[in-house]
Amino acid sequence: MKPLGRAGQYLALLCYLVFLAFPLVWLLSTSLKSPQELGSIDPTWLPRHPSLDNFREAFATQPLARSALNSLIVAGSATLIAVTIAVPAAYALVRYRSRVGKAATGWILVSQMFPFVLVIIPLFLLLKNAHLVDSRAGLVVVYVVWNLPFSLWMLQGYVRAVPRSLEEAAAVDGAGRLRTLRSVVLPLLAPGLVATVMFSFVTAWNEFFFALVLLKTPEKQTMSVILTRFLGAEGAADLGPLAAASVLATLPSLLFFALLQRRLAGGMLAGAVKG
Amino acid sequence: MRARVRVRARGAAALLAAVLLASCGGGGTGDGDGTVTLDYYSLAWQKESIAANKALVARWNKTHRSVKVRYVQGSWDTVHDQLLTSFEGGEAPDVIHDDASDLTDFAYGGYLADLRGLLPERLRSDIPARTWDSVTMNGGRVYGVPFLQEPRVLIANSRLLARSGVRVPTAQHPWTWDEFERAARRMTVRGGKRYGVVWAMKEPVKQSVNLSLSTGGRIFTKERTDDGVKNRLRFEGRDSAVSELIRRQVNQDRTAPRSGLGMGGSDTLPGLFAGRYAMVPLNFSFRQQVQQQAPDGFEWTVLPMPRGAGQGQYVQGVVPQTLSVSRDSPHQRAAARFIAYMTEPAHMAELAKGDWILPTGRTALKDPAINREKDGWRVGVAMARTLRKSPALGVRGYAEWSDKVATPAFQRFYQNDVSSSGLSRSLTRDGQLILDRYQR
Repeated sequence: MKPLGRAGQYLALLCYLVFLAFPLVWLLSTSLKSPQELGSIDPTWLPRHPSLDNFREAFATQPLARSALNSLIVAGSATLIAVTIAVPAAYALVRYRSRVGKAATGWILVSQMFPFVLVIIPLFLLLKNAHLVDSRAGLVVVYVVWNLPFSLWMLQGYVRAVPRSLEEAAAVDGAGRLRTLRSVVLPLLAPGLVATVMFSFVTAWNEFFFALVLLKTPEKQTMSVILTRFLGAEGAADLGPLAAASVLATLPSLLFFALLQRRLAGGMLAGAVKG
Repeated sequence: MRARVRVRARGAAALLAAVLLASCGGGGTGDGDGTVTLDYYSLAWQKESIAANKALVARWNKTHRSVKVRYVQGSWDTVHDQLLTSFEGGEAPDVIHDDASDLTDFAYGGYLADLRGLLPERLRSDIPARTWDSVTMNGGRVYGVPFLQEPRVLIANSRLLARSGVRVPTAQHPWTWDEFERAARRMTVRGGKRYGVVWAMKEPVKQSVNLSLSTGGRIFTKERTDDGVKNRLRFEGRDSAVSELIRRQVNQDRTAPRSGLGMGGSDTLPGLFAGRYAMVPLNFSFRQQVQQQAPDGFEWTVLPMPRGAGQGQYVQGVVPQTLSVSRDSPHQRAAARFIAYMTEPAHMAELAKGDWILPTGRTALKDPAINREKDGWRVGVAMARTLRKSPALGVRGYAEWSDKVATPAFQRFYQNDVSSSGLSRSLTRDGQLILDRYQR
């Protein structure tokens, strides 16, 4: 490739990176600015006098650490359960083609079409009868149900990509269905699993409406709900502490992604090149 | 070796799952020992206000053995959805902090307790009758205690105001709208260098409706019919005078910037501090943000909103914050006692101070923490007698009218995209169809 073309590619890539990073950089910059700087008519990219006061105030006024732990518990549990159910279900749907499989696929699509507001009151009543309102376990159940269809949908594609001949070879060697799933299919599904785990975790971590409606006790509320407490009536906002709390709320998703992305990329690349 | 690692990994995963699930267990408070526990859903959001609320709850819990209160934090942004779901699900908090505009639908929906007969005489007589009007509906039932309220005021750059040479208005002698228009012209520097005023109209309906009272308008009227009293819409003459003025300032006089029409209150502050805008009409509580964010040396003052030229045209509509009791609460009397405690004059003043707004009680208004010169508190106190129930309160279907009809219609009007008669037609003809659905 010509050097000019290469430079153009890098420039385009850089522009894209700036576009992606802008909200995060702005959020971080806002979180480090003083109230006076936030009230300035000439906003600056970088804070003139960076300070952690907004973080201190955010921690002092709202239970951020406890709500982050709640989010971690709920998102972690929901992800674990959803993926544990989705893996064998996706395998069965792909490998055992039947009318049930088609119906299940249809159900997956239909279930994604219901808006939150339509299901929230019936869901609330169901959970109330099961004594799961105002309980993190209830929220986990909701997140599992909400995430499962899309997790299944995602994993089906990955299962389909695993060559059937590998399973047949395992069967020839005497492996049963479970053993084949565990020792042959699962390792090959690693990138798909990582992607599904990430999707499931980030969705549950960021989810707001169900958490808002289902959790009443302050000690159980999740991070996304706590963030709204920095907002007042008619558009008033405690901007500095809100930005600081939002930075903290973004961190786990970023860390989680950073930890898993190598695995994701590695898994995707595995076997792509011969030799 | 590898097998051992695998076993350990599985063990760790199982342990993690067990820990995660075990920690998900529900909690809840038991009243087995005869103690009543009330949930108090509070919308306090400023640091001082949250601290004041929590301190009062802690004091109550210390002095009341049989009725304990649990503080539940809510948010203004989501209060309606959260309450509606919990009412429908029978899990509503016992004591509910909200504002009077939200009460109408909940009251008519049968979700709130009628507080007549549950509140002490001391409280009933301390809050003016005109303020009780804002929570009285559905055949004279009282659905909340209006305990805090905030007028709209003008926050002005003191230096620009003094330099303009205009008469400085006081709460006793506010500007008329004509004087305000002239003052805005005097403070404007042509070419967009400085505007006399900026109208933050991201949410135009509430202020347009509430300020219409100041020229003797109403927008919402009542009509007695054979089928009972019905809500009607009207937008003519005195109802539209302030809206016409705002449009004139933005589109003809150019004493107000067009960009302000898309702003929320907070968005206007940088321009105020930089001297780009001389005056900003804002809710009384915005003084806290001004005090916190103003650069060193910035001098500001609080002025009352202008009034109409006619007799009695000096009032503005307000939507008070309220404390209500859920109708499903098994402890309505205890909940009302807690509300009475929270609205004792000293406590009401503490809550108002924390939120930078006005208490509704006559005694609390005299509290030295409220009735002082600093940060414009006294202007607000003097304005308290001019505050009336917003015409929108008690009107079923107001929220839908506001969202679907009035917000886009006012926005187009202020942008000069539609004529006055066009706005009137949208508000009244299209709007009446919505109101009629709620009063069949």
